[in-house]
Amino acid sequence: MLSRVADSLYWMSRYLERAEHTVRMLDVNFAMTLDPSSTSEDVRWRRLLLALGSSDEDWNGDSHALVQKLTHDDAHDASIKSCIAAARENARQVREEISSEQWLQLNRMYHLVTENPQSARATPPDEFLAVVLDGLHLFQGVTDTTMSHGEGWHFIQVGRSIERASSIASLLTVYEMGVSGLGQSEPVGSHHFLEWIGLLRSCTAFEAYCNVYTADLTESQILEFLLLNKDFPHSVRYSIDRLRDALLALQQESGRLSPQELLRVAGRLQSALSFVEISDVLQGGVGEYLAMVLHESRRIHSLIYRDYIHYSVQTALAM
Amino acid sequence: MNTTAPRFADEFLREYFLDGAYDEMFLPSGDIREQYKLLLDTFRSLPQEELLRRKHSADLSFLTQGITFTVYGKKEGTERIFPYDMLPRIITGAEWDTIERGLIQRITALNLFLGDVYNEGKILQSGAVPREIVYSCPHFRREMRGLQVPRNVYIAVTGTDLIRLNDGRFVVLEDNLRVPSGVSYMLSSRRVMKRTFPKIFREYGVRPIEHYPQALLASLRSLAPEGRPEPTIVLLTPGVYNSAYFEHTYLARQMGIELVEGRDLVTHNNVVYMRTTAGLRRVDVIYRRVDDDFIDPLAFRGDSILGVAGLFNAYRAGNVTLANAFGTGLADDKALYAYVPAIIRYYMGEEPILDNVETFLMTDKKQRQYALANLDKLVVKAVGESGGYGMLIGPHASRADREDFARRIEANPRNYIAQPTLEFSRAPCLINADNTGTSIEPRHVDLRPYILYGDKVTVVPGGLTRVALRKGSLVVNSSQGGGSKDTWVLDD
Repeated sequence: MLSRVADSLYWMSRYLERAEHTVRMLDVNFAMTLDPSSTSEDVRWRRLLLALGSSDEDWNGDSHALVQKLTHDDAHDASIKSCIAAARENARQVREEISSEQWLQLNRMYHLVTENPQSARATPPDEFLAVVLDGLHLFQGVTDTTMSHGEGWHFIQVGRSIERASSIASLLTVYEMGVSGLGQSEPVGSHHFLEWIGLLRSCTAFEAYCNVYTADLTESQILEFLLLNKDFPHSVRYSIDRLRDALLALQQESGRLSPQELLRVAGRLQSALSFVEISDVLQGGVGEYLAMVLHESRRIHSLIYRDYIHYSVQTALAM
Repeated sequence: MNTTAPRFADEFLREYFLDGAYDEMFLPSGDIREQYKLLLDTFRSLPQEELLRRKHSADLSFLTQGITFTVYGKKEGTERIFPYDMLPRIITGAEWDTIERGLIQRITALNLFLGDVYNEGKILQSGAVPREIVYSCPHFRREMRGLQVPRNVYIAVTGTDLIRLNDGRFVVLEDNLRVPSGVSYMLSSRRVMKRTFPKIFREYGVRPIEHYPQALLASLRSLAPEGRPEPTIVLLTPGVYNSAYFEHTYLARQMGIELVEGRDLVTHNNVVYMRTTAGLRRVDVIYRRVDDDFIDPLAFRGDSILGVAGLFNAYRAGNVTLANAFGTGLADDKALYAYVPAIIRYYMGEEPILDNVETFLMTDKKQRQYALANLDKLVVKAVGESGGYGMLIGPHASRADREDFARRIEANPRNYIAQPTLEFSRAPCLINADNTGTSIEPRHVDLRPYILYGDKVTVVPGGLTRVALRKGSLVVNSSQGGGSKDTWVLDD
């Protein structure tokens, strides 16, 4: 597979995962504003911006304007529209590598979010978000059922896993900073109750959490679930497991000899998440642990680029 | 001009008229041509709603497949859907036979011409073609002198533009020997047409065109450098902002070859490689859709970022084949075009089967004076341009435009030619299909068949029929309001 193609598939996947995360964050925040709470709207919107990697200075008190910006603004790189447009642009450059069904679905979503801004604005945001989320889920399904599960597909998995692990880790970091005492083991008080449900819902994790721990919300269990659960698709550990699977598959597919450092770094992160106890994380500092996860994810990203995409001609000829 | 209505004019044909121009569907008497009878009967028997429904589903199919082209000069990278007409253009087997023989003769001769001019230059010594026309052509590539290309094939892919004159003859308007495009529209129009009108399609017995990608691949494979029995073939595209990018992806997928951009290729020791996730992989044949000027910043334009540094040296070393070869633009220069009949006579010892359009060379003093005095009746074309850019259509141009062109011709006569304003044939089109008032109206059409040259010359039966969808317009280019329709060559 051409390096450029791998690059495009990887970013297509990351952009779509990012769009999905943004959609869910916005959707959950909307739902939360319906209930009276001690946490002000102000705090929530700022937290959302930080979790999405923006600056909380973007918040000016106008939630309607902010939602517009995060959904339909082309000038804002992280808006849902920009993410889907960027994913489509990447897909367009590798049109021959993805299935027609994938292209159709991505194109449909693109037309949905770009065309006719008037009617898009008239649609209530929650309906708009629901439609986009359906579209994104459909794309995942179409990808899994119509695309060969070869090298290209594995690059898509790599992109999605890295993006997901990083966004969950960032979200947890923001919660850790915002609500003191993340990791306390007594049940959360009623004034924070909604916030914690919001966190779980932002990761589609509320029901799955209840299945494991019942509806007793304690902060340490929530952290354990989102960080270390091995079966839940929106936990950091699950994402890193899939990332490593995909990297191993890539090594076999491409017959590449030496992504040793890449596999070592990914393997080390995976075992860290597999074998650590939540008490150790709490003792060592949640913030530090999350920072380590984010740092290692970024390093994996650079190593993928060094080994598969931007290698120098000299190294390649020497092999 | 006198116009007549066709016979049995009904509501559907209320806007149809016949005049001097050749009509593809009706005889001058107003009777229908045999081959269109079934088609017209079918369309007239369909209720309006059914017709609209089919039109809608065909349009949707183009949109969702992303069959688009990019219009230059407007907002950067504006994507449009290629307008598409549902009535196919029908060519009888006998008509096609002449076209096919004529094209094979013409391409064979032009290919021999290129081989000759870039080697011994016998035709120049004979005086059949003047040296100054060749050496002053901007597409003449001195770098190609003395180079042996595989199988002596310079033009692997051609899309020749034909038009039909008032007397019913097909003549050649342009030879596109560099990077002709549009074949993907031919293939996808056919697919949509088969799905939209399956019954009538079967009844007509239309010759298939679906083998084009395989035939192209076979041609390219036959041109691989010697000693490379399992050649790696790639399609080189300028990238996603090129107007034909859809076509590049389409063909690469249909042939099962990699679609590469300049940045995917590197050369080392005169060998071309592509960068893959598994390291560098050698490339043997490049079906390039990048113009000569941009293909190698070391050999040609240094500011090109679409090309591959060192590609030309690898090519000269015989380690990679380019299709088409460098320098083929020489043979589709619009001034050289006037000499193509002479070229055919010289190499083939035959009279041309397909005629040229009458052409005035501005380098000839008499012809220039005639043209300048008659600019309001002529079409003036810049010799190096294509796609309907850089053209003056005398009868429709303003006085200022004509004066502007007259000045440009005086300043650089070699850069322009003039041709009479041709009334080319009209074919029936479904107009206004989006509103309630659907009717069948005549519109001007041309025809671009595709010719492949590998171990033999193949013409795919059919081609791209381009339509000037604006009423009365003669410009069929997609960038200027043109559309397309499916072309059915019958098996009679």
